[in-house]
Amino acid sequence: MSSTSTSLGLLSIADLSLLEVNSILALASQLEAEPHGTRIRRLDGRRVALLFYESSTRTRTSFELAAKSLGAMTTLVSDKSSSIEKGESLHDTGLTLRALGAECIILRSNYSGAPDLLQRSTGLPVLNAGDGMHQHPSQALLDLRTLLEHWNLSSDISETTLAGKTIVITGDIRHSRVARSNSMLLPRLGARVLLCGPEALLPEDALTLAPHLEIERDFDTALQHADAVMMLRIQRERLSGLSIDLPTYIAAYQLNARRIAPYPNLLVLHPGPMVRGLEIDSTVADGPQSRIERQVTHGLAIRMALLHRALIHTGSPA
Amino acid sequence: MTQALYLRNATLLQPSRNLQTAGELLLANGLVHTIHTGAAGALDQQAADLGAQVIDCTGLYIAPGLIDAHVHLREPGQTHKETISTGTAAAAAGGVTTVVAMPNTVPVTDSVDLLRFVQSTDRDPHVRVLCMPAATVGSMGVELTDYAALQNAGAVGFTDDGKPILDDDVMRQALTAAARLGLPISQHAEDTRLTVGASINHGPVAFRLGLRGMPIAAESGIVERDIRLLEEIERDTRLKPHLHVQHVSTAAALESIRSAKRRGLHVTCEVAPHHLAFTDQNLESPQSSHAAQRFHAYDTHFKMNPPLRSAQDRDGCIAAVLDGTVDILATDHAPHAAWEKNVEFERAPNGITGLETLLGTALRILHRDHGMPLGKVLALLTSSPATVLNLPNFGGELAGLGSIATGAPADLVIFDPSKAFSYDPSTSRSLSRNTPFSGAPMLGRIHYTVAAGRVQFQQNS
Repeated sequence: MSSTSTSLGLLSIADLSLLEVNSILALASQLEAEPHGTRIRRLDGRRVALLFYESSTRTRTSFELAAKSLGAMTTLVSDKSSSIEKGESLHDTGLTLRALGAECIILRSNYSGAPDLLQRSTGLPVLNAGDGMHQHPSQALLDLRTLLEHWNLSSDISETTLAGKTIVITGDIRHSRVARSNSMLLPRLGARVLLCGPEALLPEDALTLAPHLEIERDFDTALQHADAVMMLRIQRERLSGLSIDLPTYIAAYQLNARRIAPYPNLLVLHPGPMVRGLEIDSTVADGPQSRIERQVTHGLAIRMALLHRALIHTGSPA
Repeated sequence: MTQALYLRNATLLQPSRNLQTAGELLLANGLVHTIHTGAAGALDQQAADLGAQVIDCTGLYIAPGLIDAHVHLREPGQTHKETISTGTAAAAAGGVTTVVAMPNTVPVTDSVDLLRFVQSTDRDPHVRVLCMPAATVGSMGVELTDYAALQNAGAVGFTDDGKPILDDDVMRQALTAAARLGLPISQHAEDTRLTVGASINHGPVAFRLGLRGMPIAAESGIVERDIRLLEEIERDTRLKPHLHVQHVSTAAALESIRSAKRRGLHVTCEVAPHHLAFTDQNLESPQSSHAAQRFHAYDTHFKMNPPLRSAQDRDGCIAAVLDGTVDILATDHAPHAAWEKNVEFERAPNGITGLETLLGTALRILHRDHGMPLGKVLALLTSSPATVLNLPNFGGELAGLGSIATGAPADLVIFDPSKAFSYDPSTSRSLSRNTPFSGAPMLGRIHYTVAAGRVQFQQNS
């Protein structure tokens, strides 16, 4: 039935054992450290398709640069400039890309579960670059790498690597694939994860993402415990009739200078895109505690590792 | 054409009386000619005189042919999914000898002409096709269709299935107009204002899959509204309107129906086998830490409307069948082409095929797993649908459906109730294969289906 057993795509963060996360982190570090001349031969001449049904800056560019850094050829297919606009199905688009020689497809889709479908349709490894409100596994991995680096923790991770650390995820969790992936990964390394947001954006059902998740609706209370905070954008494009009173939301949940003043060691993360002045103010976004640009840089290393893993079916590069 | 069949040495099952007796049947001219209860062979001479073909039914049960009150045959308009001929062939393979065709064809079956088209023998049906034409013109929920004319042309009720009748006034008018004719309004209970963009049951599974959910209240709210309308109409007129609630999937809606029945209102309801067999968890991969254990999440063969619900709601459906709140089982057989289902979950059409897995699923879950007597399970598929559809009131042939009676249409299913097997969709007679029951355990192997005295299905093995 499952094609995931033979191809090393990545559909959901739940598909990875800690051992596999470990080897991805190790691979990321190794590839990052390699001289350009060595790295460029890793995937020399291999073909990678980027299939983007939703706009993206960070994820698309970093996947593309990651592939090119390893020597792979890339092609970008987006809904605005392809037969997708004419109504071609994901299944048929996948078969077309495969027929053109694509060996791995990186997919971003507005539809939850689309990467599962594409991987079944093509039998190719599919890297999920964000599907609807479901998963964004490479984001969770790069967030993890960002945290490990800052806290000077070994990337040889275990169930206790993040023991004693509290990470607060704040904002529009209902519509966030980033929140889902992080909420499922971080507790497996021993972190305490607090979800924070108003009922409308954070239903109790979120607690079922992983064991031991907690909800703390008061942001200031949540911050008292936090070692790191991940801020999320309100996804206007997915609100679907839900109305959020922005002044009230900003008063309760914006991360601003006043709010983080008591916590000089608090790390600030944001998967982007940010809406400055809404969930985060510029002082914080650009301030010394922000790791937002660092996240983007880690994205490149993580995505190199994911591509290498998908296309070279051996454990670590020799 | 005269054709006689001798069903020799069987066990006769009369579901309405939960009666099982050794016996045999002689069929002639499409009707049950003679019923013999007792030892085999008593009809040998009579059968020989009629030149009857003999079917040895040793070890097999004969029950009235099943009546499925909720079937989508897709003709006219969507014959790449199913035709009336292929859909009724699938019915025969499932032991179903009467189907009630839903009106969401293209165009919508909302006129006498279209009703006649669907019921015409030119469509080459393998079993009896009854019709519930649209309750409102084009199923748009605004203006009632011509109920009297449609009744004269054979309508057994009215429904906008696939869509609810949302407007209170229109629903009141529909119930009142149908009540004057002694026919039911069959309601797809979904408050679509609460299900915009939703493709799955509301709850933790939907959250984890990143899909928008349909709340329980979207179903139970409409059922409660419709029951209120029944009470108002009974209070304000001398009429006794009949509400039939389609494919109920929530314990809350079933509790409202249970209570309405206790108050003497004429409410009937159906549950679909898939709501007894599956939950929304069938859409989720297990919380596995390893890729190799992942199975097919987001399988669109598990997408239908109403959606698969939680285990509590599934158990509520089973309990309501066992306690009699649920009147009948109906499949909501809804064929779709493979390419139509092979798309992103939220884009896939709702619906699954069901005719050929009806008996096997019902017997496995209700009889084997929950101890419901065989005759009682069969009643949910035969005598009870006949009652829900008020068939005795129609007189003629229809009055005899759902039971085994001399002079009644020879619509029968001949099966081995103890045979367990796995369902193989490649054997399906439907044009479509969109079933969640692939490989699912079944109980009760159908050997023959006889409709109007002719063998319309015969098991190969």
